[in-house]
Amino acid sequence: MLSFLTMTEWSPYAVGIGIGLLSCAAFVLSDKPIGCSTAFARTSGMLEELIRGRSKVLDMAYYRRFVPEIEWEWMLVLGVALGACTSALLSGEFRVEWVPSLWAATFGSEHLPRLVTAFGGGIIMGFGARWAEGCTSGHGISGTMQLAVSGWLAVAAFFAGGSLTAYIKYAPGG
Amino acid sequence: MFSALHSNKSLQLVFGLGIGFLFGFLLQKGNVTEYDVIVGQLLFRDFTVVKIMVTAMVTGMIGVHALRSLGLAQLHPKHGSLGMTLVGGLIFGVGFAVLGYCPGTIAAAVGQGKMDACVGGLTGIILGAGLYAHAFPYLSRTILTRGDFGSQTFPEMFRVNPWVIIVPLAVALVGLLYWLERSGL
Repeated sequence: MLSFLTMTEWSPYAVGIGIGLLSCAAFVLSDKPIGCSTAFARTSGMLEELIRGRSKVLDMAYYRRFVPEIEWEWMLVLGVALGACTSALLSGEFRVEWVPSLWAATFGSEHLPRLVTAFGGGIIMGFGARWAEGCTSGHGISGTMQLAVSGWLAVAAFFAGGSLTAYIKYAPGG
Repeated sequence: MFSALHSNKSLQLVFGLGIGFLFGFLLQKGNVTEYDVIVGQLLFRDFTVVKIMVTAMVTGMIGVHALRSLGLAQLHPKHGSLGMTLVGGLIFGVGFAVLGYCPGTIAAAVGQGKMDACVGGLTGIILGAGLYAHAFPYLSRTILTRGDFGSQTFPEMFRVNPWVIIVPLAVALVGLLYWLERSGL
């Protein structure tokens, strides 16, 4: 009866309906739209506090707005990792993987180039997510469903910038 | 309505964790913890990401506005401007394609054992967000306020009842999904 929990893949429509309903639950239970990227900014602030001390970090305008602390969204991101881990363990898909296959097919299976690229991509994305004040969750799903102008503009920009870059990256046939 | 619930801080941390857990579970079952699937979408070879996002949009759009009509939920649209949302969004997109995960799916990918997400991507995002915090005073003086449109929603902008937009938009989005399936994508 619970065999759906051990399936490796659900229909994208079932997953989408689930995420839509979950967003509704977040609005009712927590009065918040689902989002992920401020958790990374808060983490960054917490790490900076370890180096420079709390008072210097709290002097920064940005961290007065997004106080470096563990709050609802930070717990949500932690939950995402735990939920995905549980799902992958149930379906037997949990495995340590260093290089994705699409990457390996074009750029080879050495670890270092992929790790350096992921690091660089992460810096750009982390910077851009905070610049736009939201990511694929906060703008792309939660913003669009609220019919927010910012959400629809952001999602268009995400995919425009993303597709253009992906085509350049995999230009030679990849 | 649920203000006692919303102001209970420790309970909210538990709700955050629980909602995140289900979100991560769904992302993993939807296969969007895979670099190949996400970059495949950006290259228009695999439409899993669009199918999930559009279905979630339609479900959530109807659900959230229905809850709002019943007085059970409030909207929280984000503030935006061209300098902020458009420019930041384009930068995000570049990073999205280079990294191959987004801030939500990377947490899920880490949970599934993806080491490129964990070692490379996660540290990069945290560093990038920290760099932005330092650049913020300069950017807010120069570019972020350009083309400000506030925290408007489309129904407010066009001064119509939300359902005047939701119903045709939901029909169009379901039509898009139907067309994707018919085209074998």
